[in-house]
Amino acid sequence: MSGEKSTIDGLVEQKYQHGFVTDIESDTLPPGLSEDVIRVISARKNEPEWLLEWRLKAYASWLDMQQPDWAHLNIDAIDFQAISYFSAPKSDKDRPQSLDDVDPKLLETYDKLGVPLHERARLAGVAVDAVFDSVSVGTTFKAELMKAGVVFCSFSEAVKDHPELVQKYLGTVVPQRDNFFAALNSAVFTDGSFVFIPKGVRCPMELSTYFRINAAETGQFERTLIVAEEGSHVSYLEGCTAPMRDENQLHAAVVELVALEDANIKYSTVQNWYPGDENGLGGIYNFVTKRGDCRGPRSRISWTQVETGSAITWKYPSCILRGDDSVGEFYSVALTNNYQQADTGTKMIHIGRNTRSKVISKGISAGHGQNAYRGLVRMTPKAENARNYTQCDSMLIGKKCGAHTFPYIEVRNPSAKVEHEATTSRIGEDQLFYCLQRGISEEDAVSMIVDGFCKQVFKELPMEFAVEAKALLEVSLEGAVG
Amino acid sequence: MLKIKNLHANVAGKEILKGLNLELKAGEIHAIMGPNGAGKSTLGNVLAGREGYEVTRGEVIFNGKNLLELEPEERACEGVFLAFQYPVEIPGVNNTYFLRAALNAQRKYRGEAELDSVGFLRLVREKLEVLHIGDELLHRAVNEGFSGGEKKRNEIFQMAVLEPTLAILDETDSGLDIDALKTVAEGVNRLRSADRGMIVITHYQRLLDYIVPDKVHVLADGKLVATGGAELALKLEEQGYAWLEDGGIASLGVESAGQVLQP
Repeated sequence: MSGEKSTIDGLVEQKYQHGFVTDIESDTLPPGLSEDVIRVISARKNEPEWLLEWRLKAYASWLDMQQPDWAHLNIDAIDFQAISYFSAPKSDKDRPQSLDDVDPKLLETYDKLGVPLHERARLAGVAVDAVFDSVSVGTTFKAELMKAGVVFCSFSEAVKDHPELVQKYLGTVVPQRDNFFAALNSAVFTDGSFVFIPKGVRCPMELSTYFRINAAETGQFERTLIVAEEGSHVSYLEGCTAPMRDENQLHAAVVELVALEDANIKYSTVQNWYPGDENGLGGIYNFVTKRGDCRGPRSRISWTQVETGSAITWKYPSCILRGDDSVGEFYSVALTNNYQQADTGTKMIHIGRNTRSKVISKGISAGHGQNAYRGLVRMTPKAENARNYTQCDSMLIGKKCGAHTFPYIEVRNPSAKVEHEATTSRIGEDQLFYCLQRGISEEDAVSMIVDGFCKQVFKELPMEFAVEAKALLEVSLEGAVG
Repeated sequence: MLKIKNLHANVAGKEILKGLNLELKAGEIHAIMGPNGAGKSTLGNVLAGREGYEVTRGEVIFNGKNLLELEPEERACEGVFLAFQYPVEIPGVNNTYFLRAALNAQRKYRGEAELDSVGFLRLVREKLEVLHIGDELLHRAVNEGFSGGEKKRNEIFQMAVLEPTLAILDETDSGLDIDALKTVAEGVNRLRSADRGMIVITHYQRLLDYIVPDKVHVLADGKLVATGGAELALKLEEQGYAWLEDGGIASLGVESAGQVLQP
């Protein structure tokens, strides 16, 4: 053996593979936040008056709010006046009409990320609404989706083309003043995705969006709204990578899901924002509010997330189980390496009768990573016969990392059943040696063991995504041992 | 094939092996017996390169190479296989997937083409048939929830697929009922071949009813204190290890290990 070098302690030295900057001139607002800035954003996007009012109301709320500090996170103070709140690729003026018109440099960026947009979309049958900085640049498969009556477009387009839908649902799941970061997002969000699946329609393909932060010092404030009408089905994939940068970048997205009677929404995320370097310098601050509302009876919302990136992750994709017999699910893998910190989990709010929820959370900590699971299960007085099952497992790689579990269980209905299981394990020297003795290298052994640990979650991901997630985990764990 | 000369090894700062000598030729099966705490399992772990087993003196030459200089995975790829006394569970990792990864890592090391899943499955079916093992082990996670017997059978199955040059069976018989023991022994016997050496570490003679060794060594207090044929195992069974200390070796007239291996 190579002595101390081969102890399971290292977990550092992983280089971010997607670290490069595309030089497209950005049309960026100077840093700072004020009512005027919000008016400029709204004007640049040619928004209707009601949306500007909505933003301003959010801004007014935000001014009264404090940044939350209850999470198990160590965060440097964020100067919200040092951030620029709008950045659009210059080609915005004459927007590309199809992928052929897209700036080749941009497509090249996607290629480097392993997302050859056109090919990938064609081969995999996935429609891609790519967000590059703040403005959508390409949308594919629109025609086929249109035939099915599905609306899948950028948020800005939705405001223009389907204002009644946006106005009807925006902020109904995550209100403007829901929390500090949601309020900020509501005030300054620049773009995002909008999905509408009409009654009885099963979306003919998986919908996928790739996000990418590019311009320096630009906060990214995405807004996503998915509405599934009665009896409809949709599976939505979201994945992101970001280029190398030293300054901390703020990301505060809001995602709202609405599932009406018998509707089914599956939302999958692979998150790989720049995590900072091995000394904890740089990296994305990711404060996300994701919530799904099972508004109708027998509706179902399922969140699956694989979180490997960001210096700081603050994220609790939640389900409000309002409709009787509705179902909420949360499957999560969160990995923290080097100096990454994650405080993530879910909230399952049971309101309707016979509502069910399932939470499977897998936290992996390596290096100096700190990983906290924070989950709320609330059974309200009306939630007759509601059930929850929570399984929360943590794996530690090395000796300097930490895993924490903060379960909150509130039961106000005696017929409700809540189960919570939690385990913490250290990746075993004996497991590693067993693999080595069969000829498998240390690095392959670690990723194999971690992959096995995450299997319950990976099997919930759509096929291509599962492969990607597995690869991402492997990349994120490179140099973890040895 | 394997030459161990004056091997000294520490575990947690304590000397466990104290000058062990052993020579194993291709095609031979050697049994190593001895009382608890004699260093039997330590020998297996030292040969496989487990962390925490520190060699302080001596050398191990395996097919002309200095084994002690190699990483554990390199030793495996060179053909050293350790059947674990306590096979390790790896939850969520499919047994077949694991074994294929292992085989392909070894093939790659040797410059052979990796097997695709079809070719691998063919090989696996073949081995299962020879060993009379059902295919239910294939679909489960590595050793997860396996009974003691299943775990040991799985070790033998892995050995059959990986086809090592040197197989070390560390108390593979411990905790097995007689049927499981027979299955394991039969598996080992089928893998007996002119170009493969095996070291069978055991506490009891029972296993040697089914696996007939070419030589039996007695390991006590970190050294081989006696070497003989299969009859030595029977004698030990009859008399117990205490008999060794009472000068039993002389009474049996077997060679002492020291004499055999000293130049």
